[in-house]
Amino acid sequence: MKRSSKGTSYCKTKKKNGDNPPLPPFSKGGMGGFIATRDAYGEALLELGKSRADVVVLDADLSGSTKTGKFAKAFPERFYNVGVSEQDLIGTASGLSLAGKLPFASTFAVFETGRAWEQIRQTVCYSNLNVKLIATHGGITVGEDGASHQAMEDIALMRVLPNMTVVVPSDAHETRQVVSAISDHYGPVYVRLGRAKVPAVMPDDYEFKIGKAYVFHMGKDVNIVAIGIMVSTALEVARILKHDGIDAGVINMSTVKPLDTEVLLEASKKCKLIVTAEEHSIIGGLGSAVSEVLSENYPIKVRRIGIMDSFGCSGTPEELLKLYGLTSESIVKIIKEAL
Amino acid sequence: MKSAITTTDINFLKDKARDLRIEILKMLTEAGSGHTGGSLSAADIVTALYFYKMRHNAEDPKWRERDRFLLSKGHAAPLLYAVLALSGYFDKPLLKTLRKLGSPLQGHPCSKMLPGVEVSTGSLGQGLSIANGIALGLKLDRLNSRVYCLLGDGEIQEGQVWEAAMTASHYRLDNVCAIIDNNGLQIDGQCCDVMSIEPIVDKWKAFGWHVIDINGHDMEAILEAFAEAETVKLKPTMIIARTVKGKGISFFEGKVQYHGIAPTREELEKALKELGGNGQ
Repeated sequence: MKRSSKGTSYCKTKKKNGDNPPLPPFSKGGMGGFIATRDAYGEALLELGKSRADVVVLDADLSGSTKTGKFAKAFPERFYNVGVSEQDLIGTASGLSLAGKLPFASTFAVFETGRAWEQIRQTVCYSNLNVKLIATHGGITVGEDGASHQAMEDIALMRVLPNMTVVVPSDAHETRQVVSAISDHYGPVYVRLGRAKVPAVMPDDYEFKIGKAYVFHMGKDVNIVAIGIMVSTALEVARILKHDGIDAGVINMSTVKPLDTEVLLEASKKCKLIVTAEEHSIIGGLGSAVSEVLSENYPIKVRRIGIMDSFGCSGTPEELLKLYGLTSESIVKIIKEAL
Repeated sequence: MKSAITTTDINFLKDKARDLRIEILKMLTEAGSGHTGGSLSAADIVTALYFYKMRHNAEDPKWRERDRFLLSKGHAAPLLYAVLALSGYFDKPLLKTLRKLGSPLQGHPCSKMLPGVEVSTGSLGQGLSIANGIALGLKLDRLNSRVYCLLGDGEIQEGQVWEAAMTASHYRLDNVCAIIDNNGLQIDGQCCDVMSIEPIVDKWKAFGWHVIDINGHDMEAILEAFAEAETVKLKPTMIIARTVKGKGISFFEGKVQYHGIAPTREELEKALKELGGNGQ
């Protein structure tokens, strides 16, 4: 599969013992530019459809926005639009999985996880079916559509379900990797994608593995555990802090469940503060997952960056990120206060 | 395709339905809780499916070409367990463990624990969507297996049922045959008092289904309905089975209070006498 090239030449030597690489240079998306994870999904799904005949795709009248429309055009006989009916979407996908197919069911995150939560619980998770739930429009960067369409609770809703794996890719390259990895993994998976274009952050040679976090750099003062669009923000935060003499690390915790507790504990033992960053409610998402592990295993100071138990509103993604305190400036301030 | 229905077939199935009712009552009494009325009302339909209509193999529960049965009204679990045991999916003594700690016979069916259970159910309104999905998959694989899905009448108050009704009709799923166990009662009382479901035939017709309206305890009518459903092309079929809750046991029949209550030991004795079998 062809993937976008980008400016950084950062490699994976970080895995070696005691080798802690410096922060990668700041990326504005490099040659790959800014790509929305939903666009990368649409392309990855199309590729997967070519290589696997058992892949079927379902959508609930949003195939233009979720980008499943590309698959639909190429493989109309393996694409099912169920109309505006999310509960039926999940049930039909479950049935296709029982018939031996590999269904990818897509719609907006708030409808997929909210409207059809009980179908996901009762049918997909309880029967442990091989259904892939790929939702777009996660988080505040949905923008102008406003609170009704901005999912702030989806990670919490999916994380609580037994048998469920929860993944939030940070950029286009990681999204392609995730689509490939979960197609080889049996069981329910929830993938949260975004509407807005995001810069490329992951190295070209990065390979996503379920349950494995990616460490850009381990900081001695603070480590920022981030997902999705907040990974690039976290890298920016770390760069700013470095300038001020603070050693900040960045970890892309793209699998929120199962959480990479090994990397989390290692990072915690090396620093004074752990910060989580997500465009999701601070209740129930990554911040909660990290806090649960740390409070029981290595109590350390934690700051959760996210949506502070509120609904969103209309605005451009940039305006909303600023309004809800999800900018590098805001995070830098919180870290400095906490340290 | 089976040949014409004979009197021997009918008598054989009536005996099987009686055996099923005996097992249902015995296991519910042993468990001390569970859904009696709705298990008994659908016993004749399920007997016809497992002992006559469906292609299935207890030795190979995941046989690719099998017909599927989905118990969307998952609270009738005792009925499903009884028919699976009598079909040889597992040993009959296991029925005594219904609802007990560690038993694969959960209060509502769990597919991960028991062979022959296609999917876990219990939360109403979800089975028909799943049946549609299986039916779409079978069509992709060019298999002519059929999918049967049993719903309760109160169950069709769930909105998802109507989403699925549209999907089955839109995708012309003629390999789907759903049955509504129309016993007229739900937990809180008569369906017509709690939330009217009529005109039930017109509703399904309006949603693009072929509808067959039968007496759900007339074995011959049941078999004829399943045969008719197989001849319908480009449309899903809905069999509205007019049934009696608690059917077969005079003192349970039509009694709403026996929706979710198991028989006492005394009631079991009386019931077994009525059925004229010792259940051995």
